[in-house]
Amino acid sequence: MSILEVRGVSFSYKGSAAGKCALKDIDLSFQDNMITGLIGHTGSGKSTLVQMFNGLLKPDSGQILLDGKDIWSDEVKIRDVRFRVGLVMQYPEYQLFAETVEADIAYGPGNMGMSDDEISDAVIKSAGFVNLDPSQLKKSPFDLSGGQKRRAALAGVIAMGPEILVLDEPAAGLDPAGRREILGKIKEYQRASGTTVIIVSHSMEDMAMYCDRVAVLAQGRLMFEGTTPEVFSRYDELVRVGLDVPEITRLAARLDEEGIGIGRDVYTVKYAYEKFTEFLKESKGGGKNE
Amino acid sequence: MNSGASFGQYFEGNSFIHRLDPRIKLTASIIYIVVIFLAKSLFSFALILAVTLGLMLSTGIPFGRFIRGLRPILFIMAFTAIINIFWYTGDTLLVDFYFIEIYLEGIINAVLIALRIIFLIAGTSVLLTYTTTPLALTDGLESLLSPLKYIKVPVHDFAMMMTIALRFIPTLTEETTKIMNAQKARGADFTSGSFIKRAKSLIPILIPLLVSAFRRAEELADAMECRCYTGGAGRTRMNVLRTKLADYIFLFSIITLGAAVVILNMYVPGIALGI
Repeated sequence: MSILEVRGVSFSYKGSAAGKCALKDIDLSFQDNMITGLIGHTGSGKSTLVQMFNGLLKPDSGQILLDGKDIWSDEVKIRDVRFRVGLVMQYPEYQLFAETVEADIAYGPGNMGMSDDEISDAVIKSAGFVNLDPSQLKKSPFDLSGGQKRRAALAGVIAMGPEILVLDEPAAGLDPAGRREILGKIKEYQRASGTTVIIVSHSMEDMAMYCDRVAVLAQGRLMFEGTTPEVFSRYDELVRVGLDVPEITRLAARLDEEGIGIGRDVYTVKYAYEKFTEFLKESKGGGKNE
Repeated sequence: MNSGASFGQYFEGNSFIHRLDPRIKLTASIIYIVVIFLAKSLFSFALILAVTLGLMLSTGIPFGRFIRGLRPILFIMAFTAIINIFWYTGDTLLVDFYFIEIYLEGIINAVLIALRIIFLIAGTSVLLTYTTTPLALTDGLESLLSPLKYIKVPVHDFAMMMTIALRFIPTLTEETTKIMNAQKARGADFTSGSFIKRAKSLIPILIPLLVSAFRRAEELADAMECRCYTGGAGRTRMNVLRTKLADYIFLFSIITLGAAVVILNMYVPGIALGI
């Protein structure tokens, strides 16, 4: 089942050189209740593609299907699409504007026409999801730290209760602890709510840690899509389009070349450890001595 | 840093006019504007038309660009022309319909006013906006106004402010689009509702934009201080403006045009008009 589908979408920005497409004939369906990572090099079209999902950009050709229905079939209702597909843009902390964090989170739900009770409920719940302290809700968003601002902005979209949550580089510019915290919170939220989540990133390490499935974009085209181990097992192709594979995957590929086959689909240290112990046992059983 | 060419109407090129010293272009534009308003006889209008067309063609900029440049002022042109038709009184009454009186002089005057506005826009765009980068223009202005330094006008600071403002226009435009998209993603609606509701819907855009403008300003000020910027005193330039022979010839030609128009006004009356 997939609630969000991309069908034959092509797009080029107005005023760009002729024949230079930002997206070329993309076909992709996102699995429900999973975290799908969208990876690609700078300029591969990731951010352009996610702005299609909620109708901020309109494809030149092709369709974006939400529940099997083209989102552009009724242009007047495009705002409803934005309530169902929540998009957290890059550096979302720059969109904060209200006097208090609380009021800022309530902006989206207010636009949806929720009642006051529903709004305050949504604000408290979403702030809880992103680990914002209730005492911080009364503060000005401009008094928060960078990481807190990011989480407040994230809460502003989560509060709208979207069926699909799309995040464009949610961890960009944060330190490692901040990255882990925000991505961990997104994963927790996804597991708890069963929302379909799409994360855009160019960090392969992050993708490997947090995504169930991965789609790879290169130069505006979809290279491949599959489960995380499937995608990382295609090490050579990823490297060829200039993507950085996780260090542990690189190590596994190198070991494989040396004849120590722990499999090329290794993408987390934990999994590598399991595979390696397995390999050691096997080689001992076979009487080999490495 | 981009030369600022991505903003405004500057049209890349290497024509004679493109290469003129911006100071000469500014001075020539002022003379040109004065000449337009001095012109009274039909002959002087014809002369200005010929010179303006010649300048336009020499830049190598497609003619359609100039026509498009005139579009935004069509309304003002029509408005002033109509006002003139109804308010001008002369000797030859053409229409007398209750309180509406239209004189031949009024119509001629309206046409000439419209022509003057067209010349004004076309001439200044040929000399300035289309052929001079905004940065070259500010450099030229700074240099022309530099005598004001002696009466304690901070000319350099004003020029620097203008340069920075021009440089940040594309950046802030991009920022505005981003913030608008972010708020649209949260269901913002800028197009429906009453006037007050629509004005209110701009708050979520204006506040983040202001905050980011201040942040950028502080960062830029720090970056400039780190490179020992202390204002204009003792600062040398990378591109020193130089006035060449061609510049003087051009300036002289424009002055000649002015003289010709004055002489035509005096000796070839044609339809001499009051304004």
